[in-house]
Amino acid sequence: MTEQTTPLVEMKNISISFGGIHAVENASVDLFPGEVVALLGHNGAGKSTLIKILSGAYRRDEGEILINGEPADIRNPRDAKKYGIETIYQTLAVADNVDAAANLYLGRELRTKWGTLDDVAMEASTREVMGRLNPNFRRFKEPVKALSGGQRQSVAIARAILFDARILIMDEPTAALGPQETAQVGDLIKQLKREGIGIFLISHDIHDVFDLADRVFVMKNGKVVGHARTGDVTKDEVLGMIILGKVPPGASPGPGAMKMA
Amino acid sequence: MADTAHSTTNSTTSGGTGQADGNLVARFFRATEIDTRLLGMIGALLIIWVGFHIMTGGLFLTPRNLWFLSVQTASVAVMATGMVLVIVTRNIDLSVGSILGFTGMIMGVLQAQFLPQVLGFNHPATWAIALAGGLIVGGLIGAFQGAIIAFLNVPSFIVTLGGLLVWRGATWYVTSGQTVAPMDANFRLMGGGADGSIGATWSWIVGILACLAIVAAIINGRRQRKRFHFPRRPIWAEYVLAALGCIIVLGVVSIANDYYWPINIARRYAEANSIPWPESGLFISHGIAVPVLIAIAAGIVMTFIATRLRFGRYVFAIGGNPEAAELAGIKTRWVTVKIFALMGILCAIAAAISTARLNAATNAQGELDELYTIAAAVIGGTSLSGGVGTIAGAMLGALLMQSLQSGMVLLGIDTPFQRIVVGAVLVLAVWLDTVYRAKAK
Repeated sequence: MTEQTTPLVEMKNISISFGGIHAVENASVDLFPGEVVALLGHNGAGKSTLIKILSGAYRRDEGEILINGEPADIRNPRDAKKYGIETIYQTLAVADNVDAAANLYLGRELRTKWGTLDDVAMEASTREVMGRLNPNFRRFKEPVKALSGGQRQSVAIARAILFDARILIMDEPTAALGPQETAQVGDLIKQLKREGIGIFLISHDIHDVFDLADRVFVMKNGKVVGHARTGDVTKDEVLGMIILGKVPPGASPGPGAMKMA
Repeated sequence: MADTAHSTTNSTTSGGTGQADGNLVARFFRATEIDTRLLGMIGALLIIWVGFHIMTGGLFLTPRNLWFLSVQTASVAVMATGMVLVIVTRNIDLSVGSILGFTGMIMGVLQAQFLPQVLGFNHPATWAIALAGGLIVGGLIGAFQGAIIAFLNVPSFIVTLGGLLVWRGATWYVTSGQTVAPMDANFRLMGGGADGSIGATWSWIVGILACLAIVAAIINGRRQRKRFHFPRRPIWAEYVLAALGCIIVLGVVSIANDYYWPINIARRYAEANSIPWPESGLFISHGIAVPVLIAIAAGIVMTFIATRLRFGRYVFAIGGNPEAAELAGIKTRWVTVKIFALMGILCAIAAAISTARLNAATNAQGELDELYTIAAAVIGGTSLSGGVGTIAGAMLGALLMQSLQSGMVLLGIDTPFQRIVVGAVLVLAVWLDTVYRAKAK
């Protein structure tokens, strides 16, 4: 089902540097509709930086981004949202002091015909979305601060779903969660995938994402080591890519691949 | 409205209200959803009032003193409503006292020197033009400071510390330090006094309208919750809230109406209107003072902005997590500019009240008001670490500070000791709040 000619997202030859250090150098990744692509690498490998360029948090120095084959001009998070790109950040980017509904609609509040906030309508649809996502969720009136890590994560994911994201970026989506909540997020990802949403999973832990992903991209020192279908490689081979930059036969090498003697 | 659906439809969506555990007091607070923190403040205020009443031998809780207390609170209370938004976004505004001084001086010069030359003396539009001029200048100053904070990334503490000096200096410069007086007769109504109060009849009308608004708000809230099948308060709690609100409003009105015009003013009024002077004296009620109405209106408008508008939602979201707000696509810089512009406008309103009350614009007007305003907001529960605060709390904080000062004046305590007490109370209040918040977690 992912064999479509134009990818949903194509990031080509992206480079960005901070104060002379190349955080990302000549990196290319792509994502098809209904596909889950894992972006793996050590802390500091540049995977978060690369994806923040897609979500508009950083601006690239070089390279181009194509959405559905068309060049996309992404300068800030607002631009990214226009292209249907939603991001769930590692740092759980929620406003702690307001409730779940306020977070779900932050930046895109529903309003009544008088221009005031339509809190009841927002709470109603929040209850609906959260009911689908996390039926145990009950604490609608409390500030998000009072919630557990998993509940906060589900608020963040609900936020993305609510806005019909076509491209979902999840940065360490399960890092703050317990095993049960991790399984829940896994089910959720499969459901989103069936709806044709393209998902980037970013992780430094291969075990978190290997079973969920259709393909993996591995980054090291700001460069793409290579990419592979998860069916064509083993976890150990991917680990070899992450640690040594060694590209196994089942994978296609990138600019960061270890030069074989 | 009778509520029959309550027990049947929302048992599945119950989100915490209406469980029957806990003792009676806890159940009462949960059912009525009254903010216990605000209630604590009201309690503290009542303790202070009763304490002063006893210590002054019955001078504090008189209609006269309470009426003056309300008028004296108005100016700082207006500014405190804006300071809440400033502090919620993790900023501070040290320049409000100086902006008050400068906009007051602008309004003074407009109505006492400039407009009489153009329109002639006592022109009916003088007050409105002067006020509008002050509001525009206040808004522009605020927006200017906000723009420096937001777009040039200079900390608000520094920008407004600079503003404290700049606008105080500018106040001085406008008239080379001279006091401008007197103010326009219509403008003076904003300062209170016998003329600047709305009298018994209008006070009752305002009071009754307020009661109707309270009842309407409760009914509307209930309807909305019903429409979406949310848990509702038990019906008795709604009645208690409505009754409590109406009793407070009507109580305030009757106190304001119990303060009569001073005998000289009443006598002059009787002569001017050729009313025969009765043996027992002529009792004309002050009613609610205009500055108090302005402050209440400011409080209502600011509460509306903070809780019902998108702008207010953004203010709190930025205060809670500036990065998340930015990532959610909120134009955080513009929100900052708007907050400071709003603060500037509120300073001008406060300036109108205090120049009208003093019947003069002086270059010392509003000195130290920045500290009282910040103190009022902080005592009122606004957290300096951002994200938390209510307009009503800040206004209560202003009332509490003013109560302390008035009480100490009645007790004949010297100015230096007044400041010592006010400073100590500020620290004590914030410490108590910290303890409360730690426990609430």
